Amino acid sequence: MAEEEKKENVESNAEVKEEEPTIDILSHSYVPKFEILPQEEVEKILKELKVDRLHLPKILMTDPVVKLLNAKVNDLLKITRKSYTAGTSIFYRVVVNV
Amino acid sequence: MNLDESEKILPKNVFTKLKTKIAEYKLAGKKAETAVDKVVESYKKSRICPAESVGVIAAQSIGEPGTQMTLNTKHFAGVSEMNVTVGLPRIIEIFGARKEAETPSMNVYLKSPYNNSEKFIRQLSATILEVLLEDVTKEINVDLMNMQIEAKLDLEELRNLSVNFNTALAALKNGLKKCEITEDGDKIIIKPKSDIKIGDLFKLKVVASEILIEGIMGIKQVVPMKRNEEYVLVTAGSNLKEVLKIKEVDKERTITNDVYEVWKVLGIEAARTAIIEETLKTFNEQGLSVDVRHLMLVADVMTNDGQVMGIGRYGVSGQKTSVLARASFEVALKHLFSAAVHREVDELKGVVENVMINQQIPVGTGFYKLKMKEAKKQ
Repeated sequence: MAEEEKKENVESNAEVKEEEPTIDILSHSYVPKFEILPQEEVEKILKELKVDRLHLPKILMTDPVVKLLNAKVNDLLKITRKSYTAGTSIFYRVVVNV
Repeated sequence: MNLDESEKILPKNVFTKLKTKIAEYKLAGKKAETAVDKVVESYKKSRICPAESVGVIAAQSIGEPGTQMTLNTKHFAGVSEMNVTVGLPRIIEIFGARKEAETPSMNVYLKSPYNNSEKFIRQLSATILEVLLEDVTKEINVDLMNMQIEAKLDLEELRNLSVNFNTALAALKNGLKKCEITEDGDKIIIKPKSDIKIGDLFKLKVVASEILIEGIMGIKQVVPMKRNEEYVLVTAGSNLKEVLKIKEVDKERTITNDVYEVWKVLGIEAARTAIIEETLKTFNEQGLSVDVRHLMLVADVMTNDGQVMGIGRYGVSGQKTSVLARASFEVALKHLFSAAVHREVDELKGVVENVMINQQIPVGTGFYKLKMKEAKKQ
């Protein structure tokens, strides 16, 4: 009984979550600037870095930022980080399925 | 090379500094170009060499000051009795990527007009503080005769926390949909709508006592503090997601010290920032200085896979591709057996494997191999 109760609670919470407005996390100071690279630039970047998509750092499809940007699997995200040492630094991540 | 060309090569910090210096000394033409050339050359020299073993250097540089850290002390932040894990245990917690921080805590910043009003701060700290049913009851009894639960409310506590009796009632009704909630003087009676076993009734009591009456789940304690001309709420316990939903909260600076939670709410890149910030803060608190580059490297490795991965058995060390490298880390037999069963191939490309088979390790000059240029066929 009690467990059923708990389950129901969880389910009802889940329903609410979908309707909730997403918080604007992109403006948070911990979150760097994200851009989805257009297809033609992807090839250029991969050639420049001499790597395959497989070897790049990953970002999960379930990541809150990916959800907000509406990125798809295999998209390349260009991340402009604030760096302690270099001012800004550019980083790439590939969107992957979990 | 002229200044504009160097922008692509130099990091932003170096470039802006060079630009201001050139303007300051009014360099132009050939002189300016020589200056840029020298800076670019010197920058290129200062970069780390390919195949340098940065990981070992980072491990050394973090490990050595680590020996100077306090081993097992809690320190109390500010006047309030709020304890925060510090020193080595905290570093282990962050690098181990524990799902639950030992002492989660948040810094809640407020938007501009609100952060100076003492009255508003007090009001907000009351509204975000977690109030569970057990916090506002004198006792919760299981009445076996009538198969129901009686929660005797503590009216004084209710007043202290400025919680309305009806709020409590409504929260219970919302939380326990399968029960009938009635009030009887200062008591709230929870009666299941259907017949249940005695054991389940006791379980129900536990569930009921943890129902959130008011506030935000997980915020156990709130202390307003004045920091640089503004009020900041420091909390024990953390719930970043819910706090960020409050209108008056500064959504740019409000942060929790729980890396795992940062990852879930703000994403992997924010988790990387959190790892760096938290470790740096922990070292600095102890009066130790570690170059941030080492921490950046560790944070990059930990977040490389898109998820926060600890340094250890179930994290980075367990993910190595080489069988021999994994076997040398822990429980050698287990790894060797499973590698044999799965017909794994060790390419012997890492450092550990090559030490084991007594070969040159792929580090520094050993990283490169000679390749013959084939003669052109006629």
